[in-house]
Amino acid sequence: MEITHRALGDVVLVNPVGRIDYLVAAEFERNLMPLLGADGGSSRGLVIDLQRVDYLSSVGLRVLMLATRALKGRGARIAVAALQPVVGEIFAVSRFDRVVEIFPSVRAALAAISPTAAEAFERGPPAGVA
Amino acid sequence: MKSVHFWGTRGSLPVALDAAQIRERLVTVVRASRERALASDADVDAFVDSLAFDLAGTFGGHTSCVQIDTGEADHVLCDLGSGLRPFGNAAMAKHGVSEQTYHVFMSHLHWDHIMGLPFFTPAYVRGNRIVVYGGHPDIERALRRQMDPPSFPVPFDTFNAAFEFVHLPPGIRHEVAGMFVTSLKQRHTGDSYGYRFEKDGRTVVYTTDSEHMLDDADEVRTFAAFFADADLVIFDAMYSLADAISVKADWGHSSNIVGVELCQLANAAHLCLFHHEPASSDAVIAKVLDDTRRLEQITRTGRPLKVSAAYDGLEIVL
Repeated sequence: MEITHRALGDVVLVNPVGRIDYLVAAEFERNLMPLLGADGGSSRGLVIDLQRVDYLSSVGLRVLMLATRALKGRGARIAVAALQPVVGEIFAVSRFDRVVEIFPSVRAALAAISPTAAEAFERGPPAGVA
Repeated sequence: MKSVHFWGTRGSLPVALDAAQIRERLVTVVRASRERALASDADVDAFVDSLAFDLAGTFGGHTSCVQIDTGEADHVLCDLGSGLRPFGNAAMAKHGVSEQTYHVFMSHLHWDHIMGLPFFTPAYVRGNRIVVYGGHPDIERALRRQMDPPSFPVPFDTFNAAFEFVHLPPGIRHEVAGMFVTSLKQRHTGDSYGYRFEKDGRTVVYTTDSEHMLDDADEVRTFAAFFADADLVIFDAMYSLADAISVKADWGHSSNIVGVELCQLANAAHLCLFHHEPASSDAVIAKVLDDTRRLEQITRTGRPLKVSAAYDGLEIVL
């Protein structure tokens, strides 16, 4: 799987791509875990952009549960945004829609968690950064 | 193998609809009938048949007891929950006191899986034979203990049927009651065992009280192999996934989502949700069933997986 992230002030935005199933969940976890501490840039929270994730299995949801515990344990927030319809249904069937905040867009998620992060997102990446 | 009959499908504790729930249903049904012409008995039957299962029926409240009709004379059961009592009554009605043999495969020895035995009438009939199989070394002790004073007024030795206890080591294909039976040790407090039954080209897997460690790829592969190409997988789907891996982690149960995923990996034909949460109403179980069917549909990559939810009295023809 492909996964990138960027710091937006006090929130980290994570962008995974592809299927998150039992074959790649360990990689998803390895990439996510370093971002969960306050020193990982997510002092206010973490937003996962699921726009380009077309499937999330139980083992991927387990990683989200670990992230939720870590973040909520220190008073930070976690949100997922821009879910494809199939992934949205998986969240509902698994009852993860009661575990993680869900937003229709990354912009909406950032605005709810941190105005600073939302402003940074609107400004876009600094010149020279892809 | 011809069919599977569910006599008890509820997890942990027997439950029943109470008076307020029955009344609520009656009110709902009568209101729904206002617009219908119900002049004849046939009209009434058609109206009742048109209602949702969670309104016109019930998933029931007996604890685990599942019968496999192998097509042979001997009876085959999985677990001795409270559903054993109606099974025993049906067996008595059909066979009377003629000598019968019952083969019983025990998932484990927790109370909800053994509580039906004291009320199993065929156990009191001389000439009957009851053979109990399992991976636990102390099955006989557990069955005797629940009938010791002060827990029960009738001691185990009152039974007139001949009991035998057979230890089944997991991972070995045994020939029992005309079937091939393989067991698998599962994650549950005190361990539990799942069973794979094979006969006449048909395969049934009974896997209850089993928690799955989602991050353990070896375990996923082991269960997928155990379920491989099964015609029917009877699966512990007691909790939602969110509960199973958070507030109810280490409680020893699984979810509908994991059931779908393992059956899809295993190329199984039919997933039957089992060991329903006792706190769940019929409407909640029906919703879980609908959700699970939808999940199977939207995540399907290979063979379609039929999904059903077990209820007391359900018969699945293989």
